[in-house]
Amino acid sequence: MSFFTSSIGRKVVMSITGLFLISFLIVHLAVNLLTLVSKDLFNEASHFMGTNPFIQTMQYVLALGFILHISQGLILTMKNRQARPQKYAMNKPETNSGISSRSMLLTGVLVLLFIFIHLRDYLWEMKFGNLGGYETDYDLVVGLFDDPIYTAVYVLSFILLAFHLNHGFQSAFQSIGVNHPKYTSFLKTLSTVFCIFVGVGFSAISLYFFFN
Amino acid sequence: MKLTLKIWRQADPQAKGETVTYPVNDISPDMSFLEMMDVLNEELVNKGEEPVAFDHDCREGICGMCSMYINGEAHGPDRGITTCQLHMRKFKDGDTIYIEPWRAKAFPVIKDLVVDRNSFDRIMEAGGFVSVNTSGNTQDANAIPIPKEDADEAFDAATCIGCGACVASCKNSSAMLFVSAKVSQLALLPQGKVEAKRRVLNMVEQMDKEGFGNCTNTGACEVECPKGISLSNIARMNREYLSASLTAKD
Ligand code: HEM
Ligand code: SF4
Ligand code: FES
Repeated sequence: MSFFTSSIGRKVVMSITGLFLISFLIVHLAVNLLTLVSKDLFNEASHFMGTNPFIQTMQYVLALGFILHISQGLILTMKNRQARPQKYAMNKPETNSGISSRSMLLTGVLVLLFIFIHLRDYLWEMKFGNLGGYETDYDLVVGLFDDPIYTAVYVLSFILLAFHLNHGFQSAFQSIGVNHPKYTSFLKTLSTVFCIFVGVGFSAISLYFFFN
Repeated sequence: MKLTLKIWRQADPQAKGETVTYPVNDISPDMSFLEMMDVLNEELVNKGEEPVAFDHDCREGICGMCSMYINGEAHGPDRGITTCQLHMRKFKDGDTIYIEPWRAKAFPVIKDLVVDRNSFDRIMEAGGFVSVNTSGNTQDANAIPIPKEDADEAFDAATCIGCGACVASCKNSSAMLFVSAKVSQLALLPQGKVEAKRRVLNMVEQMDKEGFGNCTNTGACEVECPKGISLSNIARMNREYLSASLTAKD
């Protein structure tokens, strides 16, 4: 059991849950991109996600993944702050490390705030509400992006998520010991490509419906 | 060169400590950083003031004692060196230089720039060794075949001098680079494999007990390490720890 309270054990949990959240993001983005293809297709996919027993079960696993990821993230960050009670008067972290890696808690917490807004406006409405007065899931998704502030919050959140993933994706491999002269540089490049893909992909949908 | 030094002064472990400003003149660009400190200390002694306490020993980059956080970076702005190998030509006339001790809960300040790094020694005591019977007939080490790549990697890891710059540079004061270098240098070799599982479990346990932070893979340690110890050692330790946790019998 001491594994799960050890520094490395906690990081392994962060890594596995982080990678799991990434797999969820990929599915989520794929479904969302259907809004750009056709209204019926998206509604069909949305219906499938909302009724398929496997997906419905995975929702609870996903919630657990989030809870573990967030709680370990908070515990680790708290311990890390305690490890340096006295700060440097002069410190230049930018000379030896990247901004994404140094702002994981900040980007994580802001993404979490976004997730709350997002769950309230979509998941809640689709599951328990009346779709915010809209007729189909598609109309709800498209409708909310009429508001410039709403769209801006979304795009900003995706940029923050991209920063989180820029470090997170490749870091998750290192945390579970996957580091190899042949593959690590590839994983780092993939991490950057992936985070841009996710950021641009989600933002593009919001912006498309804002301008159309 | 004329410089303005802003140095952390702290009389003893309990004292609050403060940054004190000292102007120095007549510094040659060819001096090493520690020689510059010697010049300052000589002036302070002549004035009847307490000289700045700092650690140093070999002054040639091999002992790892010269811990100084200079202008926001461990061992100063240069790469792949310790403070004793840093030269004043890396600075400009008129520069202001902040000089601070390593900052970490596990490295408490003893006096001024001197910190207590015994936490590293306790981690070593927890597992950084091989138990070999030396009662007269030890086997010739060269009789055990070792793949060249393993020998090279083990040797690279073994170049760690235990200076603590990794801890000082890490935003989390994590000791993972140091501990992973020590775990790796033994885990890669047949002699070390015998105790590998216990070793990694015990060393990581001790590391956590000492109050070092957790690795977030920012990589600052690798950049600031005077010996270029690679992050791949940390991944190896993560692997070793994961598999030892799963398979150790006690
Ligand atoms: C879709 C959402 C998210 C994804 C895909 C994600 C993904 C990841 C990944 C892959 C890592 C790297 C793990 C590692 O280094 O082993 C990570 C680290 C981290 N995440 Fe998230 N994350 C998400 C949301 C959040 C949220 C909501 C928080 C809120 C607190 C958060 C906080 C953190 C922190 C603090 C770290 C750094 C932990 C460390 O390196 O010790 N993340 N995330
Ligand atoms: S890993 Fe590098 S920075 Fe850390 S103690 Fe060893 S030599 Fe010093
Ligand atoms: S004094 Fe020995 S490494 Fe600097």
